Amino acid sequence: MSAAKPTSSLERLCAAWCRLWMIRGHLSRRTYLMFALVGLLFPLAVWWGVSVSGWMDKVFMPGPADVLSRTYVWFKEDDLMHDVWISTYRVIAGFSLSAVLAIPLGLMIGTYRPVQAMLEPLTDFIRYMPAVAFIPLVMLWVGIDESSKIAIIFIGTFFQMVLMVAEDVRRVPITQIEAAQTMGANRREIVSLVIVPSAKPALLDTLRVTMGWAWTYLVVAELVAANSGLGYSILRAQRFMQTDKIFAGIILIGLIGLAIDQLFRWLHRKNFPWMYKK
Amino acid sequence: MDNKISIKAAHKTFGEGERGIVALQGVNLDIARNEFVTFVGASGCGKSTLLRCIGGLETLSSGSIEVDGVPISGPGVDRAMVFQHYSLYPWLTVMDNIKFTRKLQAGREDLTSADVEAASGRADALLDLMGLTHVCDAYPNQLSGGMQQRVAIARALLPRPQILLMDEPFGALDAQTREVMHDLILHVSKLEKTTIVFVTHDVEEAIYLGQRVVVMAPRPGRIDSIYPVELPAKRDQDMKLSPEFMQQKKAILHRIRETAGMRTDYELLERMTRQAEQQKDKQ
Repeated sequence: MSAAKPTSSLERLCAAWCRLWMIRGHLSRRTYLMFALVGLLFPLAVWWGVSVSGWMDKVFMPGPADVLSRTYVWFKEDDLMHDVWISTYRVIAGFSLSAVLAIPLGLMIGTYRPVQAMLEPLTDFIRYMPAVAFIPLVMLWVGIDESSKIAIIFIGTFFQMVLMVAEDVRRVPITQIEAAQTMGANRREIVSLVIVPSAKPALLDTLRVTMGWAWTYLVVAELVAANSGLGYSILRAQRFMQTDKIFAGIILIGLIGLAIDQLFRWLHRKNFPWMYKK
Repeated sequence: MDNKISIKAAHKTFGEGERGIVALQGVNLDIARNEFVTFVGASGCGKSTLLRCIGGLETLSSGSIEVDGVPISGPGVDRAMVFQHYSLYPWLTVMDNIKFTRKLQAGREDLTSADVEAASGRADALLDLMGLTHVCDAYPNQLSGGMQQRVAIARALLPRPQILLMDEPFGALDAQTREVMHDLILHVSKLEKTTIVFVTHDVEEAIYLGQRVVVMAPRPGRIDSIYPVELPAKRDQDMKLSPEFMQQKKAILHRIRETAGMRTDYELLERMTRQAEQQKDKQ
């Protein structure tokens, strides 16, 4: 930064700025974190600004501080942890149930043509039926206890998951399968030693994506027939005009989702080190 | 006759009825033990289909393929196959990829410790032969294309197959790597005494490697002609520049062009150039 050449340092800055905007360019880790931080803090700042300006009524737009203090009260007096626990339990139960059934079924659809012909059109059809519309039926058949919430999450995620798993399995390169055939592998060995390990990373990604949908259906399930849980609390807060609690509930679901998503990503790196070595 | 592979009146149709495509029509060929045969031809001539039929990955519509006088009925460990790419298992290390056939056997029967030891010895020898010892713990996607193909060849050779089927194995490699691989595979064929059937679109590669070059023709896929290669058994890269080599390359290239019914229309290109120039002059 010599004073003798002010233009050149300015030019350098310009060049560095331009490099950032290269198509599919490269960012250093520090620059990446900086941009990520801006992306996260900017909306927060806007939110805070709007709330302190008094431009909007607190009933409609509580500030970050209100939401925080409401969360604290919820934690202290209203058993927040129970709501978090029961909601997480419902999501995990519904999600696990659909994963346990969808993975073998999707594996069969993606591997054997007759199974595909028999099940895929049907699944495709059911997939387009809105899961929410099943709620009255579920309440009739399953009742209004825990299992009905789990059932709704199951209906919402299962059919999508089957098709995605089938697609993951179909994406296994045919050459990998044919190589195993020429090495004398039988059908069972091809499935267990080639198709499953080859599709595993994609399967874990499918689980990660469908986990997000499970949380969406949780709220739907709890809006209808529940007396605890995050979704239920959001609904009840609306009845009492506790906008800050609605905010808190939504943000909490977002944070739990983010944590689970990161857990899946960590599992991915942990289990498939070969994908990350270059 | 010491025939390893006999292809008899092989016929293969894809699809049914009028829209069916005849991929192979009346193919007859005998391949001797320890022979290195290369197949060339325009796209759609059925050379890959024929190779896949020998490998048992496709079944003939009629006719038969015999190995040691026994008709084949599907893939078998006596016929190993090397593909152009994507055949390695990216979740296994180089060593585990090479030992894949052993893993299959281990799952089926009780191997004695002597068997296991022999298998490890074989794998180590192949790693050494293919120049892979220093990367045996690496994963395939950490390797260059040439190294990946070395792994694929080593993996195919592990169970001591009598026949090695290669489907454009070096098609995705750069020219220099390909030359290295050519000499390596020639070395392997002598050392391992395998019969090699090699499909390629590169005529130079076909002549350099093969004892016979089989030219196939498209629509319907069939054998057009067979060129015995008259080069000394001990090949070296400079032979590619010899007049005999050039002569044969020219003959085969011409033959392939004729069978494909495709050639550059030099007159048309000239006319187009002239037109473009006239246009420029007007402006």
